Amino acid sequence: MRFTTEDVRLPMLEVAGLECRRGDRLLFAGLDFTVSGGTLLHVRGANGSGKTTLLRALCGLFSPDSGEIRWNGASIRSLGEDYRRDLLYFGHSNGIKGDLTGIENLRVAATLDGDPVDESAIWSALARIGLAGFEDLPTRMLSQGQKKRVALARLLLSGAPFWVLDEPFTALDTAAVELLEELIAGHVAGGGLVVLTTHQEVGLTSGQVERLLLGS
Amino acid sequence: MLRVFWCILLRDLTLAMRRRTDVLTTLFFFVIVVSLFPLGVGTERKILQMLGPGVVWVAALLASMLALERLFAADYEDGTLEQMVLTAQPLSLLVLAKITAHWLLTGLPLVLIAPLVGMQYHLTSDAILVMMMALLIGTPVLSLIGAIGAALTLGLRGGGILLSLLILPLYIPVLVYGAGAVEVSSVDLADIRPYLTLLGAFLLVAVLFAPLASSAALKISLE
Repeated sequence: MRFTTEDVRLPMLEVAGLECRRGDRLLFAGLDFTVSGGTLLHVRGANGSGKTTLLRALCGLFSPDSGEIRWNGASIRSLGEDYRRDLLYFGHSNGIKGDLTGIENLRVAATLDGDPVDESAIWSALARIGLAGFEDLPTRMLSQGQKKRVALARLLLSGAPFWVLDEPFTALDTAAVELLEELIAGHVAGGGLVVLTTHQEVGLTSGQVERLLLGS
Repeated sequence: MLRVFWCILLRDLTLAMRRRTDVLTTLFFFVIVVSLFPLGVGTERKILQMLGPGVVWVAALLASMLALERLFAADYEDGTLEQMVLTAQPLSLLVLAKITAHWLLTGLPLVLIAPLVGMQYHLTSDAILVMMMALLIGTPVLSLIGAIGAALTLGLRGGGILLSLLILPLYIPVLVYGAGAVEVSSVDLADIRPYLTLLGAFLLVAVLFAPLASSAALKISLE
């Protein structure tokens, strides 16, 4: 991938003194960590410990009560669109329209990402993710796992170095889980940065895995 | 920039074409509300001509209100709105595209059907033409202002009622000048200019500020 070469600085995410509250409840405070490209950060914690809130804060969807998140040294608030260009977020909801086909969904996503829309790339991404033959069906006709696969096909199309994945493995069958693990491993090996939450182990062949335990 | 605008516009139009009932509901609501008045107050020509412009405009406000709730709600539920906020595109541009699609689907049909409902009120052909012009300039303002309210009430329980309370007072200037234009046209056709000019001014201000305000409100609603 394009951010692997030596002369390009690896992407770096710094979190300093992060504190998040939901209503009156303190989820976590004084959270500090730094991760750089080539790393998978596995956020763990019991249900309700603030994993999703942390991930949403990292994306800028949730404003933390205090603390700062920096991307390559600059605050994500000040970076704005430049930060969002480097970011790919995969949340609890798939973010696909049920009335559009897989192809149409991915075409819109690619246009919004600012990438030139390459029809053949979209078709091959859907084929790789195991949806060959389902390209022209409205996604509401697909099963839960297949919908998730359509959403995950974005990982294949996007050039963003920073992936934020919230429970990406739920509803996927073993073949899809393996494929996703392979994609994550490939991204990390290529110098990308992945932050994810999941209750299962993710095997990485190269790169390093860091773990962050919330709610301790 | 333009490519992204088109992409969202076409996406929303495609979605609406695959779920046509939503569009038709608004249109039928408008026609039925307008048709109820002649049935209720009688068919006296003079009274109907006096009531006509006001009734058509009030019905247009209510119809556009009815459709507003859906402007962001569907995208909010399936997470596509979140993805839009997270793209490297200016959110106000995406919001403007969504509002444009919304107007094409719920505002423009009202303009086109206006001659039909105008006939029920014995409006002259001049008055109907003026009404169409006023609606053509006025209904986009309704969609634009309404988008701010729709964004603010997104994800709230009972947001629909709150939305009407928030937005209907803001619609008053459009109602006053829109209905006013049709009324003065019966006296002197030349008198409608200041009314239409003012509506045009509302439209320009709304095009400039409503997408910015809506996108700020969306970001708050998504937290």
